[in-house]
Amino acid sequence: MARDKVLPLPEAIRTLVHDGDSIALEGFSHLIPFAAGHEIIRQGRRGLTFCRMTPDLLSDMMIAAGCVDRLVCSFFASGSAGALHEIRRRIEHHDPAPLEVEEYSHHAMVLRYHAGASRLPFIPIRSYAGSDLPAINPDIRLVDDPYGEGSVYVVPPLNPDVTIVHAQRADRRGNVQIWGITGVQQEAVYAADRVIVTVEEIVDDEVVRSDPNRTLIPAHAVDAVCVVPRGAHPSYVQGSYDRDNAFYRMWPAMAKDSARLQEWLDTHVRGTADHTEYLAAIGEEQLAPLTVAPRLSQPVDYGRRMPAGATTTSATATATDGGDR
Amino acid sequence: MTTTQDQATGDQVTADQTAQDYTQTELIVCAASKMLAGKTTVFAGIGLPTLAVDLAHRTLNRDIELIYESGVTGAHPEEMAEGIADFVLVSGAESVVSMQALFGYVLQGGNVDVGFLGAAQIDRHGSLNTSLIGDWDRPTVRLPGSGGASDIMSNAGEVFVIIRRHDHASFPAQLDFVTSPSPVAARESGKGIQPQGHGVSVVITPLGILQREDKYGELVLTHTHPGVTVDQVREATGWDLAVADDVASTAEPTAEEVRLLRDEIDTVRLYLR
Repeated sequence: MARDKVLPLPEAIRTLVHDGDSIALEGFSHLIPFAAGHEIIRQGRRGLTFCRMTPDLLSDMMIAAGCVDRLVCSFFASGSAGALHEIRRRIEHHDPAPLEVEEYSHHAMVLRYHAGASRLPFIPIRSYAGSDLPAINPDIRLVDDPYGEGSVYVVPPLNPDVTIVHAQRADRRGNVQIWGITGVQQEAVYAADRVIVTVEEIVDDEVVRSDPNRTLIPAHAVDAVCVVPRGAHPSYVQGSYDRDNAFYRMWPAMAKDSARLQEWLDTHVRGTADHTEYLAAIGEEQLAPLTVAPRLSQPVDYGRRMPAGATTTSATATATDGGDR
Repeated sequence: MTTTQDQATGDQVTADQTAQDYTQTELIVCAASKMLAGKTTVFAGIGLPTLAVDLAHRTLNRDIELIYESGVTGAHPEEMAEGIADFVLVSGAESVVSMQALFGYVLQGGNVDVGFLGAAQIDRHGSLNTSLIGDWDRPTVRLPGSGGASDIMSNAGEVFVIIRRHDHASFPAQLDFVTSPSPVAARESGKGIQPQGHGVSVVITPLGILQREDKYGELVLTHTHPGVTVDQVREATGWDLAVADDVASTAEPTAEEVRLLRDEIDTVRLYLR
């Protein structure tokens, strides 16, 4: 029996995330681990290399809090919600300091995690012929095709010191089940040295084992499981709560003013003890409308071997009816 | 690639009359929709491309399938989605795949007919800039970057561009940065794997429609919107814009198309403004 990995979030961050680490906090619009990012801000980590395909509001927050020296990503905006002004201030005006940026396309980031998870030295990609991206990123390199004609661009593996993801549920040993948009979480977890998973709830082993295909991340890949209900706010959790689109629309206007952004971090993150207090600061009035109605999947049948002596007529019929329908 | 000019000017959509009033957004969406006749898999972000695909599905192309960058295919949302990863796109969808499957197998595997992209700048061969204005070291404006755009340009069968400005800043002789390269730029570089598809085939602007018939050719003005002259479009373009022999007027939206857009597709006016 593997060990119980359930830890309070502050303890998991304290023991597993260190100054100067490279950290990936993944989740493609869905399941963004905001609560874990906020705890990193509370504990004042410094000098982090922050890896995320789409930086989202989370990177605006962590960069503004002074945690991040270097950003590794493939997008610089917040989807439909608009600009990320802390990032733009750092890049366009070096205000308050320049930000080191390592830039790729989405597919390259996916491949980098995949290469990292597979412990490969590099991985080829069909993109970038004629693009200016290789000129500004010396880690996008050209090699001769060893099997055919011509050359091919390659990108290096991405092996974060720590990967943190959020999920619907896990058992106490860290078998993590995710549904909805699954993004790049599995690759980012296997690429990392240390892994923290925050979940909406801990469930019994029997619940996990009733549907093993839904376990995207097996326990052997996980170091800590932290129970953090609503831990993805203001992003969302399929089947649990909706994205806080009002928050996402509010953010660019607020973050455009550096002083107001710092004030928000003071009142909602640095001035709160934990995620429960954060949610109280956000307020039930804002959170209540995010409730979603149930829409259950049909159960699937994993089957079990027929007990001895039971009839097998139907199975025989299936096996002898020609088989080439 | 099929010739899109006839589809855009033809009247096979409905026998309906021209709408009494329509907005520029509706004109652009209807023009894009008509270009999607005969296409099957479309990779698009949320917004005007989604409206165009939805309209095409309802009017002339039941086979069209929209693939979202979030990994959702065959979405059947009960409500208008806000963003490509809205949970309503997942609930009831036919499939949700991982990013590895989406960018690796679906896109790079060559299963996307049309990719829709936006851009801050486009050049005469259809290379796109979504990265920055000014210099890399300290840009005047830092734009969103590639996201999946350069991967889509290299791998989709063809690319449709909707661009909301048409002036020398957005149609310059030379881009400030090549984020998503045309087949011409890819060939000139002589490096890496050459694109699988045609690059940009259609550009819809506030003034008209530009098309590229030849994979290594230039954009050609094929349509001007009602009330716009060829000279206006040429003057607004930062290079000597090629013009088709038989420039047509962009088909105006029909009353039925406008009704579908307003009363069934975007009832809350999230994208129709």
